Amino acid sequence: MPHPSDPLLIDGVALDSRFFLGTAGYPSPAILCDAIRASRSQVLTVGLKRTLQAGDNGALAQAIAAGRGQGARLLPNTAGCRSAREAVQLAHMARELYGTAWIKLEVIGDEHTLQPDPFELVAAASELVREGFVVFPYCTEDLILGRRLLDAGCPLLMPWGAPIGSGQGLLNLHGLRTLRERLPDTVLVIDAGLGAPSQAARAMELGFDAVLLNSAVAQAGDPVAMAGAFGDAVRAGRQAFRAGLMAPQAFAVASTPVSGHAFLLGDA
Amino acid sequence: MTDRLPITVRLDERDVALPAGATLAQLLELERREAAAVATALNGRFVPRDARGSTALSDGDVVLFFQPIVGG
Repeated sequence: MPHPSDPLLIDGVALDSRFFLGTAGYPSPAILCDAIRASRSQVLTVGLKRTLQAGDNGALAQAIAAGRGQGARLLPNTAGCRSAREAVQLAHMARELYGTAWIKLEVIGDEHTLQPDPFELVAAASELVREGFVVFPYCTEDLILGRRLLDAGCPLLMPWGAPIGSGQGLLNLHGLRTLRERLPDTVLVIDAGLGAPSQAARAMELGFDAVLLNSAVAQAGDPVAMAGAFGDAVRAGRQAFRAGLMAPQAFAVASTPVSGHAFLLGDA
Repeated sequence: MTDRLPITVRLDERDVALPAGATLAQLLELERREAAAVATALNGRFVPRDARGSTALSDGDVVLFFQPIVGG
């Protein structure tokens, strides 16, 4: 169930779902649509491609229709960009084609890890914010980079959990916890690298505000069921965070309120 | 007389011959592209939809068309 009393606010928009879903790589358009419905996501990522490349078999149009039915907004990305200049140009195209100022800013600095280039990212974010975009930066968990992006005018940060598509979960717990602790009032969305619903729940339990993923659902044996599982995990993790997790302890503490020994064995 | 010579632009990795003075909007028409279905870039820079008609192409220009697609 959505939690109307606990909306995620981004750019003045209240979202009941904290699960952002990517739309690429599904076995068929029909499965993509069913997965969107099962996820109950209200933010769907989309992309742009050169027209010389093959089409998507109608997947995008169907996905948009499925998303519209649950109040989903589109979040176009700048996937494939390697420089701020490229990303800025692509963002403008995305705004024109999709009719939204929201942009998932990706500027990749390494081909092997698909790690964001922090310097180009800040440069692109600064320019795009000046030009009226609402920038969702795909970044690392680096605190100083996060601050620079916020200074540039990004309304939120989207640190990676692990490299894109790797399914490794939250690799740098210390860094992610530090980011959360040092930026307590910033919307933080774990983007990329999640492979299992338990990892999404973990992210939410740590206090992250939402998760964004694609491959873990699209590449599942049953993407529709997996979309539902991730949705449940995100809701459970959020609920647990709000409920307040107990503090871990390094020693045992009996939960049954007995005092002393439960039975007297006698002195014989 | 030079402006009457045909020009060749590079569109999505192929050459397209156009009359001199052709605009980006005319190239879209020639390629039978619906104006609202693609975004355009000329020599690496975005050209907004409403500027295509006033954007004259030159010999050797590189034009790219982009369209929406699924994405992560």
